[in-house]
Amino acid sequence: MAKPKIATTSLAGCFGCHMSLLDIDDRILKLIELVDFDKSPIDDIKEFTGRCTVGLIEGGCANEENVKVLQDFRRHCDILISVGDCAINGGIPALRNTIPIKECLEEAYLNGPTVHNPSGKIPGDPEIPLMLDRVYPCHEVVKIDYHLPGCPPPADTIWEALVALLSDKPIELPYELVKYD
Amino acid sequence: MSENLGAAVKEICRAHGHDRTRLMDIVRAVQEQFGCVSGEAMELIAKAVSVHRVEVDSVVSFYAFLSDRPKGKVVIRVCDDIINRMHGADRVAQAFADELGIEVGQTTPDGTITLEYTPCIGMCDQAPAALVNDVVVTDLHRTTARQIVQELRRHLDPRRLVRKLGDGNNAHELVQAMVVNNIRKPGPVIFSPVNRGEAIKKALAMSPVEVIRAVKTSRLRGRGGAGFPTGMKWEFTRGAPGTKRCVICNADEGEPGTFKDRVILTERPDRVFAGMTIAGYAIGADEGILYLRGEYAYLRAFLEDVLQKRRDENLLGNKICGKEDFNFDIRIQMGAGAYICGEETALISSCEGLRGDPKNRPPFPAQKGYLEHPTVVNNVETLGCVTKILEDGPATFNEYGSEGSSGTKLLSISGDCRSPGVFEVPFGITLNEVLRLAGAGDAYAVQVGGPSGQMVSRDEFGRSICYDDLATGGSLMVFGLDRNVLEIADAFLDFFIEESCGYCTPCRVGNVLLKERLGKILAGKGEPSDLKYLQELGETVKLMSRCGLGQTSANPILTTLKNFRSVYDALVKEATDGLQPSFDIHAAMSESEKITGRKSVHFLA
Repeated sequence: MAKPKIATTSLAGCFGCHMSLLDIDDRILKLIELVDFDKSPIDDIKEFTGRCTVGLIEGGCANEENVKVLQDFRRHCDILISVGDCAINGGIPALRNTIPIKECLEEAYLNGPTVHNPSGKIPGDPEIPLMLDRVYPCHEVVKIDYHLPGCPPPADTIWEALVALLSDKPIELPYELVKYD
Repeated sequence: MSENLGAAVKEICRAHGHDRTRLMDIVRAVQEQFGCVSGEAMELIAKAVSVHRVEVDSVVSFYAFLSDRPKGKVVIRVCDDIINRMHGADRVAQAFADELGIEVGQTTPDGTITLEYTPCIGMCDQAPAALVNDVVVTDLHRTTARQIVQELRRHLDPRRLVRKLGDGNNAHELVQAMVVNNIRKPGPVIFSPVNRGEAIKKALAMSPVEVIRAVKTSRLRGRGGAGFPTGMKWEFTRGAPGTKRCVICNADEGEPGTFKDRVILTERPDRVFAGMTIAGYAIGADEGILYLRGEYAYLRAFLEDVLQKRRDENLLGNKICGKEDFNFDIRIQMGAGAYICGEETALISSCEGLRGDPKNRPPFPAQKGYLEHPTVVNNVETLGCVTKILEDGPATFNEYGSEGSSGTKLLSISGDCRSPGVFEVPFGITLNEVLRLAGAGDAYAVQVGGPSGQMVSRDEFGRSICYDDLATGGSLMVFGLDRNVLEIADAFLDFFIEESCGYCTPCRVGNVLLKERLGKILAGKGEPSDLKYLQELGETVKLMSRCGLGQTSANPILTTLKNFRSVYDALVKEATDGLQPSFDIHAAMSESEKITGRKSVHFLA
């Protein structure tokens, strides 16, 4: 039987959760015995090659491209996991949620003290994804099956969760792996 | 101007003995004179009563009727509870706004008239109603709203808006209100004629312990909703260690749909004050406070007059009725528009000159209440019952009502019924019988006990009004077949979100989340999992909040989920594509599309 496939992505995140995933150290060798990686920055596969068992999502949705990628993950993955506080709550990027998007863009492109923008315009290039009115946690955009909190969740937390999920066993996370203060 | 302010504030603070616990009265008096309590005034008050300015600020910012910025000379507050909305409060508010040329929440450019919404003002039986400063105007419609504005523009005197006086004491020279009593069914306890002084004299012939025993024998329980045995409460208070004790009458009748206390205070104030005096004798108190909600300020002069008459007749004051060592007097503490102050510990905070924040319990007020003194807090109607128990004896009182609930209950009935008003009925009466009395035989749903109570469906109209079945403080809102119970629940949530004091996160945040999720369902985007979410979150809010407001604020959701499940079920459906139906990508992008002047490349409209 073919190995189950995993896909990962970082939306509006800092790649810290992916770093934490790499932080499982040599267990990554065990992991690739258990699974194949599909679309993921880890193997640099850009598009899904087929159906996946698990999708790990880092980061929330700040722009249209984040939404498109997340919906794509939902369509291709049996189980979606929000990994880390940005995926779950919006995190640091969501600090802008109390400020109207127009003000945010004007500060970034027109009024900020270090801005050099002779055009005096907010860029509208199609290469730059359109910002959403606010940053959305992933579960407000698609159905999310599990949430792994933490900023980032420790490597051991991700490891334990993945192994339990893939071996169809109940997850056992000791207190140290889910306390964050 | 500021010199005036300085002198006036000084005078007001002096009149209140520079007592910081009278801060409520001080800021109300300043606001009355200057239209607001400005930052400058707060400084002056703080200095005069030796508190930090922030303490004055926190009081002013807490209460809806107080303001740190000037409002119009006349403030029109349109009641927007659900019953008033059903009777067209929105149209009335719009007519006010059109005629004034402003929006609700604004003041006219000349600074004379402000228009606002306010939660229930206790006039659901004559809705839509509004407060014009302290003056109540009832049975409004668009034409009268326009006329009121035109008249105010001429004289800015709200009192002159009252042309036709109401019945009974509403026409009293010190009330002069167009409010009508709507006593549809007077009963043998509260509305029986009062023989001033009779109950007190009978009480004073007994020992305080015997008075408490009589109240216990009558099995009287609190009429405000919680139903705590009154005699037991008195006994605890009497037994609590302390050198001074206090009796507070809770007339902060803020539960939307309730207006019985308004009628009791209008027609039988002596019965209530006698009850307070008897309570004072029984527990050994010398001070009584009537906490009157700001919305009923129009009754204040009248009630002060009743108190004065009682003092003149030696029914209040020193050596009452010649009884050595029994001194007791009552003062009126005005509220300022805060529903939470109906909660007894918040009410005590307010009496102490603080924000109306609830306190931790224990200690209970009976142990440490007003200014740390053992305190009894009773509802207006409860104290009215006490007087009757002393007049006729507990055995007679026990004859009324049902086995577990003695006496009568005043019900305030409003909404889709032919005869809205106050009904004094014996406990144990079924909802069906009550609805028949009010001319609402075809009701679809009844909210029993106000927003914090429960929404009862037709299947359960056979249940009876009593402490063991449908317990209620007296609010019954009737809804006909064409009403949407979920929209009503939504309106109730608005109320709790507005009135939450914000101390406990489950109440402050939870109710907003409940409303959002209910909104999703009402928009047709709900899924079965949303109902589970509502249930779980509702239970969390109930369990994790500190005071009665938070503990009951999820009831509009929880009781409709229980009793009107089919309404919810008809609105939700499972999404099969894994996407969240409530997420609208085009709405989320529309602002950016406008700013950048281009359309999305990923999502075509």
